[in-house]
Amino acid sequence: MFNFEQVDVWQRVIEFLQQLINGLALGSILALIALGYTMVYGILRFINFAHGDIFMLGAFAGFYLAPKIAAVLPTPSIWAGLAVMGISMMICAAIGVVIERFAYRPLRRSPKLAVLITAIGVSLFLEYTGQLVFGAAPKKFPDLIPVYPLTQFGGLSINSNQVLVLGVTLLLLLALKFITLKTKIGTAMRALSFNPEAAALMGINTDFVISFTFALGSALAAAAGILYAISYPAIDPLMGILPGLKAFVAAVLGGIGNLPGAALGGLIIGVTETLVSGYISSTYRDAIAFGVLILILLIKPSGLLGKKEVEKV
Amino acid sequence: MLEIKNLAVSYGAITALHGISLSVPAGGIVTLIGSNGAGKTTTLKTISGLLKPKSGEIFYDGKNIAGLPPHQIVKLGLSHVPEGRMIFANLTVMENLQMGAYLQTDRSAVRHALDHVFAAFPRLQERGKQIAGTLSGGEQQMLAIGRALMSKPKLLMLDEPSLGLAPLLVKTIFEKIVEINRQQGITILLVEQNANLALEVSDFGYVLETGKVALQGDSATLRQNPQVKSAYLGGV
Repeated sequence: MFNFEQVDVWQRVIEFLQQLINGLALGSILALIALGYTMVYGILRFINFAHGDIFMLGAFAGFYLAPKIAAVLPTPSIWAGLAVMGISMMICAAIGVVIERFAYRPLRRSPKLAVLITAIGVSLFLEYTGQLVFGAAPKKFPDLIPVYPLTQFGGLSINSNQVLVLGVTLLLLLALKFITLKTKIGTAMRALSFNPEAAALMGINTDFVISFTFALGSALAAAAGILYAISYPAIDPLMGILPGLKAFVAAVLGGIGNLPGAALGGLIIGVTETLVSGYISSTYRDAIAFGVLILILLIKPSGLLGKKEVEKV
Repeated sequence: MLEIKNLAVSYGAITALHGISLSVPAGGIVTLIGSNGAGKTTTLKTISGLLKPKSGEIFYDGKNIAGLPPHQIVKLGLSHVPEGRMIFANLTVMENLQMGAYLQTDRSAVRHALDHVFAAFPRLQERGKQIAGTLSGGEQQMLAIGRALMSKPKLLMLDEPSLGLAPLLVKTIFEKIVEINRQQGITILLVEQNANLALEVSDFGYVLETGKVALQGDSATLRQNPQVKSAYLGGV
């Protein structure tokens, strides 16, 4: 009897750990997308609603690249996966720069609302062009990377994909941290986000820094798209909507404009969502996760790591 | 060195400058004085490219720079310390100075500029790793000037360097400005509300009134001018 109860407790712990790991894997994908929202907001003070669709384009770039890479590199293999991810990141970086150049830059001096509405327009444009070009039906994402079960210890099941998602996310976060804190262009990004006029007076080409920011954010979204497609291999042109929305929420939760905040917010949303669907109800998963968001923002309106912004007059 | 001809600038329907002309000779200190809203800041912002002129020309070393973007103007050797200092409060003192040398790709030139700035403002060296937003007002003004010097300018434009500073600090800052002019040979265009002080350190002055040049002359002469005295120097 006693022994039986012990096993029961053990299994609950295992189950919780399992949910936590699943949640962290989902959360890191959201974190990567959230960083793009928060970087663009930090610099231009507007929400790029088309960002979730860059995530989708990242996955589709991977879908079309995979057979080409398979002709060169043995597939599935970790190298093929990294090659696809790298090229897809570059493609999406270029797309991000082009979108900024032609959709947002002409509105640089217009009211923020005009840019926001344009962003929604760009989002719809990408989604429906995607349906036209890729087809609306979901596609099976190819097996790029071999999946090994790593442990079945006591019922805890971790596979190499989950470790890969967490590992790649961590590496990308460290790279981003290095770029923003230690490089000249990163310092210029921070300077520009604080005061664009003063940044221009330093000789900083603000348009270039803005393009760079879009490239960086879009590359991270593409990486997220590939990681997502590896974990949930059915991709379609509307797949970016919900993760995009959640990542936006994650960015707000962490304190919009704050990079560590966006990463933290992504992890919190991912873990909350997984725990809620595991323990409470998968139907109300999103409702409860968003409820948590509202609660946190009621207590801390500027987000978890956000600083109160003094309105400049 | 700088020659402005009939410069007109407007913010939408409101005209801020109605065609002003002024000239800044190399090596000198020229000041623009005038009350709030006279167009002093607008003049500097247009020279440095933050605002686009409606008409008129800005010749710098014989080249018309009117309408160029700010980063190209900085490259020509023109540096602007904006009103309210506008330091990057989220960056360290050192990072602020590095941003000042943004266009400088030669590392030894950056170090050389840094040595100059630290010689002029030793306080900035002590505070190198500090977040700039935590500096005192006087230190922030030193940082703003130091940051502008990092680009090795030939012409330095200062907008209200005395703003919000205690009288003793104002004196120190103005001594530094004169020192920068004399020792480093940097030409200075100074905008000030504190007309007394501005006319004391400068060679030539322009009085702006509602977007027009109302008076101009040697600073010493302007200080004796009864109109200037009553309107700007607080005399009777």
